[in-house]
Amino acid sequence: MQNSFYREIINDHNLYPAHKHELGCSGCEHRGINPSCGDDITLKLQIEDGVIKDGAYIGDGCAISQASADIMLDLIIGKSKEEAIRLTDIFLRMIKGEATEEEIEELEEAGALTDVSHMPARVKCAVLAWHTLEQLLHEQEGET
Amino acid sequence: MDVREIRKDFPLFQNYPDIAYLDNAATTQRTESVLLAEKKFYEEANANPLRGLYELSQKATDAYENARETVRKFIGAKSTEEIVFTRNSTESLNLIAYSYGALLQEGDEIVISVLEHHSNLIPWQQLAKKKGLKLKWIEIDENGAITEEAFRKTLSEKTKLVSLTLISNVLGTLNDVKRFAQIAHEIGAVFVCDGAQGVPHIPVNVSDLDVDFLVFSGHKMLGPMGIGVLYGKKELFEKMPPFLYGGEMIEYVGKEDATWAELPHKFEAGTVNGAGAAGLEAAIKYYEKIGFENIVKREEELGELAFRTMSEIPHVTILGAKDAASHHGIFSFMVDGVHPHDIAEILSADGVCVRAGHHCAQVLMKELQVNSTARVSIAFYNTEEEIARLGESLRSVRRRMGHAE
Repeated sequence: MQNSFYREIINDHNLYPAHKHELGCSGCEHRGINPSCGDDITLKLQIEDGVIKDGAYIGDGCAISQASADIMLDLIIGKSKEEAIRLTDIFLRMIKGEATEEEIEELEEAGALTDVSHMPARVKCAVLAWHTLEQLLHEQEGET
Repeated sequence: MDVREIRKDFPLFQNYPDIAYLDNAATTQRTESVLLAEKKFYEEANANPLRGLYELSQKATDAYENARETVRKFIGAKSTEEIVFTRNSTESLNLIAYSYGALLQEGDEIVISVLEHHSNLIPWQQLAKKKGLKLKWIEIDENGAITEEAFRKTLSEKTKLVSLTLISNVLGTLNDVKRFAQIAHEIGAVFVCDGAQGVPHIPVNVSDLDVDFLVFSGHKMLGPMGIGVLYGKKELFEKMPPFLYGGEMIEYVGKEDATWAELPHKFEAGTVNGAGAAGLEAAIKYYEKIGFENIVKREEELGELAFRTMSEIPHVTILGAKDAASHHGIFSFMVDGVHPHDIAEILSADGVCVRAGHHCAQVLMKELQVNSTARVSIAFYNTEEEIARLGESLRSVRRRMGHAE
């Protein structure tokens, strides 16, 4: 991540996260771990009528893993579950280098992680929060 | 030692003149002589070693067996029957766990330490699970060292095997293997020494240390990847069942049963890595050409410099011993407020190669209360300039990660 503009966005979310805190909600959390490098986040979402009303995460890991979680929450809070799933799909394709410019624009600040597509060693860090989100939403599908 | 001259022997440094390679504990670079030895094997002696009766096959066998003799001399073993070629230290340790492990009984105890690399941990852990053995752990002191008291405390009359690293791949701690082997022998246990990190950096003589088994890898000491060594005392090797079954490890084969080849071939099933062995021999010859005492001296000097350089940087903490000499060229470190992966990425952008992660030592990471560390590891061919570059880059890490200095 040597593009300094992108680096600043990542640093900012890593050092001053808006969504890294506890959130009271039961059965609404999911933990994601990268065993090989120790990135560890627990994601929590408050969902009402299919809309993500609030979200938060706690955890520990490298700047990319933590910033990615914070940026993701910025993007999906206030959106419907379907929309969150659609954006997650774009994000994951961006990391594989398969998303279009227009799609990446939809991701807002998450687009700052596009460089990760050239950094195989950091892919797992960048996608951790997003995979955790997918799993959390799938789990809730199962329950309703 | 003229390091500029030495670096000319390493083709990779010609190809990448701008990187500072400080991840030697993961794998070293290779000399041209090592690469040529492998090539020469395939160009001038290629047949299946130990099989054919024609001249070329004899050449292949000679190349392979000469390499075994060179390894024997290098570690001071009594006979080439005690030298088995494997893929690496991991395979050597698995061989012992599987084969010597077959001789252990339910209730027996195996002793290892919290310093161990996963390769000297999981084989024992799984063996213990399978056979109902007890795995016991030696704790370390605040400097990352194993005291004789801590060692003795872990042993009991049920201890049948002790397996310890010579030098820790995370903290650089050197264990007093000679003393520990002696104590283990007093209670009738065999002693396994994991030399993956030690053998490349300090002279090791198995007769002097009196260990029962020693394992090491070629690729951490200038040799090729895919060739490793298992030394074992002949009387133990003789008692042990084969590890892998197949070609060239047999004597007679019938439909119902078979008998095993003589040592060391009993433990070398299948076609062997002839070129790898020739490459490892070339690596050992290179050590001899430079002189092991010169290598040790040079690595001490560079280690001293690296330790001083890193210690002077605010917010940098080196884990383990507080003196350079106890680190044997290995410095795991943290930077306040910056994850080790981010440290490694910033250094990488400046062409400085260091490792970040748990270093295949998750038990030790828990002991040190960290998830991961960054690690600098030195070899004799590193330069003072490279250490200076490391220092300069490391100084910029916090700023580049958005912290105030």
